[in-house]
Amino acid sequence: MNVLIPSQLRDYTGGRAHVEARGATLAALLADLERRFPGIRFRMIDEQDAIRRHIKIFVNQQQARDLGAALATNDEVVIVGALSGG
Amino acid sequence: MPKAKPAKGTPRPASGPVTLLVGTRKGVFLMKSDRARKSWALAGPHFLGNIVNHLVLDPRDGRTLLCAVRAGHLGPTVFRSTDFGRTWKEAERPPAFPKAAPGEKGLAVEHVFWLTPGHSSEPGAWYAGVSPPGLFRSDDGGVTWEGVAGFNANPMRIVWIGGEQEQGPPGGATLHSINVDPRDPRHLYIGISAGGAFESSDRGETWRPLNQGVAADFLPVKDPEYGHDVHCMRLHPLAPDRLYQQNHCGIYRLDRPAERWDRIGNAMPKAIGDIGFPLVLHPRDPDMLWVFPMDGGTVWPRVSPGGKPAAYVSRDGGRTWRRQDEGLPAKQGWFTVKRQAMCADARDPVGVYFGTTSGEVWMSASEGDRWTPIARHLPEIYSVEAAGG
Repeated sequence: MNVLIPSQLRDYTGGRAHVEARGATLAALLADLERRFPGIRFRMIDEQDAIRRHIKIFVNQQQARDLGAALATNDEVVIVGALSGG
Repeated sequence: MPKAKPAKGTPRPASGPVTLLVGTRKGVFLMKSDRARKSWALAGPHFLGNIVNHLVLDPRDGRTLLCAVRAGHLGPTVFRSTDFGRTWKEAERPPAFPKAAPGEKGLAVEHVFWLTPGHSSEPGAWYAGVSPPGLFRSDDGGVTWEGVAGFNANPMRIVWIGGEQEQGPPGGATLHSINVDPRDPRHLYIGISAGGAFESSDRGETWRPLNQGVAADFLPVKDPEYGHDVHCMRLHPLAPDRLYQQNHCGIYRLDRPAERWDRIGNAMPKAIGDIGFPLVLHPRDPDMLWVFPMDGGTVWPRVSPGGKPAAYVSRDGGRTWRRQDEGLPAKQGWFTVKRQAMCADARDPVGVYFGTTSGEVWMSASEGDRWTPIARHLPEIYSVEAAGG
C-alpha cells in the first residue's frame, strides 16, 4: 500500500515522500518500513509501542490510535508530524 | 582545607587550535580557532532543526563524536561520527527502556541528555544519561546501547527520583553528570535532577545515595538521604577523590573517602548567591573551578543576577571566590548558561568558554579574567565542549 512519509522522516527514505510497504496491521507495516529504512520506526514509535506524541498516523483519513489497526492492500496510510510552537 | 593531591603527573598543556562542539536547540555548530585562539571559524549547522542536548568527543581516539539528538516531532536517538563530524550515522539501537509486560506501564526515553566516554581502558565504552532518569551503556562506540539494569530496574529508582514525571528537559527530570573514576572503570558517580548524587563501585550493578550535607530546601524532610537536585557534578581527573557539585541549593565539594559535602558556595557574595547550572574544572589544578551564578529567587528567573552576568572563579577549592565580568555586559544581560554549556580547554593559560540561552558563545583566553564574544545569533545553546588544543 502507499505510505506518505512526512518531511521529518524523509532522511530515512532517501528523500522520497511516497513509499510502498506491506502489512496486515499497522505494526506489520511499520516493521516493513523499518526493514527497508532502518531507524525510522523508533523515531515514530516509542519502546512501549506507543505512537509518539507529535506523530499522527491516518489510515484512509481515519486516525489510528494504536499499532493493532488492521490494514488492507489498497489502504492509504498517511504519517503526519504535528507540532506547534517554535 | 587539604590540597587535592593529583593521582599522577600533571599533563603538559596543549598548544594547538581548539574546536568548540556547540549543541543547540536547533542543531550542531563547530567553531575552530587559530593557534592563538583569536579568530574563530563557525561551521554548520548540522542536524538543522534538531534538539541537540550534548555533543562529545571521544578523547581515546580524538575523532569519534557522539551527538544526543531528538526533533520536536521525532523520538530521541544518538548519531555518531568517526571522522570528527564530516559524516554521521545513526545508532543502530539507540537508548531505549525494555518493553513492559502486558498490562504494565513501561518507560520511554524522552531525551538522551548527557554523554560520557567510558574508561580509558575500555575503548568503545560510553555512558548516556536520559530522561526520564535512566542510565545506558554502549560497548561499541555508540552503535548499540543497553540499559544499566542496576539503576534502571532498581526498585529504589522510583523512590530516589520521587515518582515519574511527564516532562523531560528543560522542565523535567533527567540523569546527567556521569563520572568514571580514572583509576577504576567500575567506580561511577551520577547526578540526577532531581534525585541526588549516587555512587556505584561495581560498574552500575548497585548504587547508593551520596548526598550528606547537601541542602534540599524544596523538600519537607530535613537532611534527606536522596531527592536532591544536582545541576552539575564533576570529578577531577587528576585528583579523582575530589568531587565538585553545583546544586539547585548551592555549590559543594567532597573529598573522598569523606561522605559529607562541604558547602563551598557559602563563601560566595551573599548578593549573588551560589545557585547556577554549570561548573567547570581546571584541567591541571584540582583546586581551581568556575561557576556561572544565576538568580534562584522568587520564581526562579534563572538568569544572571540583576542582569549583570559574571563567572566566579576559585583557586583554592572553593574557600574564596573572585568575580570575573570584564568584557561581559555591565547591565541588561539576561541570559542563562545551562549545565553542559560551559567548559575549559587544555591550553596554558586555560581557555574558558560558555554558550548562552540567547545564542552567544563567549570565551576567555585568560582563565576568565577577560571575556570576548566569538559567536552571536545562534539558537539557544545547550552544550559547549572544547576539543583539541
